[in-house]
Amino acid sequence: MEGHDHLFDDRSPGVEEHEPTASYLSYTAGLGFAIVATIASFVVSQTNLLWPPGIPVGLVVLAFAQIGVHLVFFLHLGSGPDNTNNILALAFGVLIVFLIIGGSIWIIANLNANMPMPMH
Amino acid sequence: MTTATIDTGASSAPTDVARGRGGGGPAPKRIVVAYGFWIFILSDIVLFSALFAAYAVLARNTAGGPTGAELFNLRNVFIETMCLLLSSYTCGLGALSAERRQPARFLVFAGLTFVLGAAFLVIESLEFAGMVAKGAGPSRSAFLSAFFTLVGTHGAHVASGLLWLAYMVAQVVAKGLRAAVLRRLLCWSLFWHALDIVWIGVLTLVYLMGAR
Amino acid sequence: MLGRLSWSAIPFEEPIALVTGLVVVFIVLAVLALVTLKGWWPYLWREWLTSVDHKRLGIMYVVLGLVMLLRGYSDAIMMRTQQAIAIGDTPGYLPPEHYNQIFSAHGTIMIFFVAMPLVIGLMNFVVPLQLGVRDVAFPVLNSVSFWLTATGALLINLSLVIGNFARTSWWNYPPLSELAYSPDVGVDYYLWSLQISGIGSLLTGVNFVTTILKLRAPGMTYFRMPVFCWTALAANLLIVAAFPVLTAAFMMLLLDRYLGMHFFTNDAGGNQMMYVNLFWAWGHPEVYILILPAFGIYSEVVATFSGKGLFSYRSMVLATLGICILSFMVWLHHFFTMGAGANVNAAFGIMSSIIAVPTGVKIFNWLFTMFRGRIVFTTPILYAIGFMVTFVIGGMTGVLLAVPPVDFVLHNSAFLVAHFHNVIIGGVVFGVFAGYNYWFPKAFGFTLDERFGKAGFWCWLVGFYLAFTPLYVLGLKGMTRRLQHIPDPSWEPWLLVAEVGAVVIFCGVLCQIAQLYVSIRTRERRRDLTGDPWNGRTLEWATSSPPPVYNFAVLPHVETIDAFWHMKRTGRPPVAPAYETIEMPRNSPTGFVTAFFATVTGFALIWHIWWLVILGLLAATVTVLVFGWSEHREHEIPAGEIAQRERARSALRQPT
Repeated sequence: MEGHDHLFDDRSPGVEEHEPTASYLSYTAGLGFAIVATIASFVVSQTNLLWPPGIPVGLVVLAFAQIGVHLVFFLHLGSGPDNTNNILALAFGVLIVFLIIGGSIWIIANLNANMPMPMH
Repeated sequence: MTTATIDTGASSAPTDVARGRGGGGPAPKRIVVAYGFWIFILSDIVLFSALFAAYAVLARNTAGGPTGAELFNLRNVFIETMCLLLSSYTCGLGALSAERRQPARFLVFAGLTFVLGAAFLVIESLEFAGMVAKGAGPSRSAFLSAFFTLVGTHGAHVASGLLWLAYMVAQVVAKGLRAAVLRRLLCWSLFWHALDIVWIGVLTLVYLMGAR
Repeated sequence: MLGRLSWSAIPFEEPIALVTGLVVVFIVLAVLALVTLKGWWPYLWREWLTSVDHKRLGIMYVVLGLVMLLRGYSDAIMMRTQQAIAIGDTPGYLPPEHYNQIFSAHGTIMIFFVAMPLVIGLMNFVVPLQLGVRDVAFPVLNSVSFWLTATGALLINLSLVIGNFARTSWWNYPPLSELAYSPDVGVDYYLWSLQISGIGSLLTGVNFVTTILKLRAPGMTYFRMPVFCWTALAANLLIVAAFPVLTAAFMMLLLDRYLGMHFFTNDAGGNQMMYVNLFWAWGHPEVYILILPAFGIYSEVVATFSGKGLFSYRSMVLATLGICILSFMVWLHHFFTMGAGANVNAAFGIMSSIIAVPTGVKIFNWLFTMFRGRIVFTTPILYAIGFMVTFVIGGMTGVLLAVPPVDFVLHNSAFLVAHFHNVIIGGVVFGVFAGYNYWFPKAFGFTLDERFGKAGFWCWLVGFYLAFTPLYVLGLKGMTRRLQHIPDPSWEPWLLVAEVGAVVIFCGVLCQIAQLYVSIRTRERRRDLTGDPWNGRTLEWATSSPPPVYNFAVLPHVETIDAFWHMKRTGRPPVAPAYETIEMPRNSPTGFVTAFFATVTGFALIWHIWWLVILGLLAATVTVLVFGWSEHREHEIPAGEIAQRERARSALRQPT
């Protein structure tokens, strides 16, 4: 069942659009946003522009921003119905990542608190 | 009970076409390959998340040895980050050129991507070598084991990506921008962008938070 | 030159291992000699070793799983016997260092090289047929997956004759598994064997998720897919999500052992619990990877042999997806007792209880499917009914263990051992046996002998209860797992009953071997000429038995759930459709060759033969590069040939 309307084709991440200028614009805009967010991360981390206890949160937010830019501008992940599989797969992946990192940190922190390791 | 030969009515247009609900029959090869590789990338991200988790848990276990704040050079990290980010950009432009069947432009962008990626690796290798020379190698403490493994695994992926890029350039030169070559380039650029995404995590969680 | 490999690697001082090893080597050599003398190598190479056909690969997976079941079972009966004998003053016949290897090998083999291959093999064979397509998304990768799994199995079995296996249980926890306490090759055999087969499993996950989501017959929307395909999707999503965690955990332990790092060591800040945490973050989803396809098999079997559509398809699908997501939120229940505290234990305990709910939904759906159905009592449905009773009991003991205070008493006791064998045997093994009997005619063109099938079922069922109910009692009495010597003589009667149970299971295994032998001898009597021996509901029964290499001459157009049932019902008149040329993937040696070099590299890594490691890796890389350059991976089957074949098939089925 090949070759039906492009309109009806699923999209996969990274597959290019068919309008030339839109895509060059997409990549360049993405680069611009990413550079801004990256520099912001360094600034936030190395200065006291942000209230110090809030710096880790700020860094995480900026990291998400950078990742978002990559997903949208470089990988063309959109929200249309033909992108549903890609978004769902990403969402599943993100869930797993949070469970593993968050779960491990929570569990080990509790273990370390209750069962402190001997000092060497 | 008649067991009929299956009549597909192949001439009639399917009514429930692929609109995320997937009734349009098997998807075209390009989509299948790209989606499969996307799933593989996600599995790779899960691998990295386990390494991130180990790093997060072990980051304070310096066993009396050097800490991140003492070791990290943020100026080099910034340069590395910019190299990788720009290489993602040139990768994207290369992908566009490939799609538009412009092999010469593709090769230029591929070359730029390679150089930027190689620059990243050179800086990182020097960083590692410097740390080892200072006695802050991976066997010094759990923190350093986790650091070298997480960042080193990313670096190994970058190195593989560059080897793969060289291989793809060889294919483009030898075979031109055929459908199969384009599919593989698609996979390669997915891989490369994903590596930059992982680097954002490394940058933030390891270097920026660790250097405080 | 040969690293740490020397003649002392051969277990001359352990008579049992030595004799077993010699017997196995002899059998392998005899088989190879037979194949050579009969000139079967060209056929084997062409039709099986280089095949990328999902049906062939599925069969090979199942064969691997069944053969390894014999090895895993041998370990089991050795342990049972030791525990039945070594009570009070009697030392038994297995010294501790050997016993420890046996229970480690038993668990590792059963999970990784019996259950996984059997389940993956059945998914391989059935899913593309049920989806109405011609093969999986990446057939060559599929072949690579199988052969890498076989490599893992080979390496583990090599440890019987060359060196020794790990003594650290199938979990391989540090610090016991670190160099300081396990300096020999055993742990390395475990780690490399599983890392290599883990790559195979991960590739399978990627392959099947892509296949199920992107390759289905026209008209087959998500909610018209057979339930087995939904459970296969959920299981493969879990493979993609969980196996990388195991890979990372093993990678870190290998780095500790090979490069002196300190992830899990006792010194320099290592944290042993992080291994436990990551291992079980994989380990819990793993058991759902095993059970979900089994649930899918039961759904197919119960519907077919009740002559009714599955009750509440949608809630089945939702329950499956619910189990899939929840299975990633319970893993701490494997180490409640390790000191995470009340808050963490409570959270994971509650999640572990919740996950029983969707499973309960499934049980009720199966029961309601059977209710007012017209049940045909074949071997598969017997396994399904046996499963429903057995699994519910096992599930209930699971919910009991999910309560942290209860688990503090029962963690690592014989009660736990009984629980997980209850759900794995009652759930996964019975499911695989049901699927094996159900789909055997599709694969080979004749049904299996029912008498031996049923005898085998009853032996397994009775044997299971005899073997494991005593362990529940013993666990409550305080017996821990993995005991090489039994300290309390009052436990003896229970252990003897358990030993009897193990023997009864062995009778079940013998019945199954007999079933296969007899079925082959008398196959002409039970030929499946229509392709539909059970009056099935799903698309695989629309093909001939065995199906042609291309599965469907023309891809079916699907309009409902239970597409084949609907087609039979609406009785479409036989139409000679316009056949078109079909492109099918060519055979490829990539899988076999990659696995060969993986075996060499794995062995070299275990024995520290560094030059061979480099050579092996280079060779494997070259193989990948050669594959990565190739195109023309398909060949065409001309329309005329297809038309001829289909006409011949219709002629076979027409006369009554």
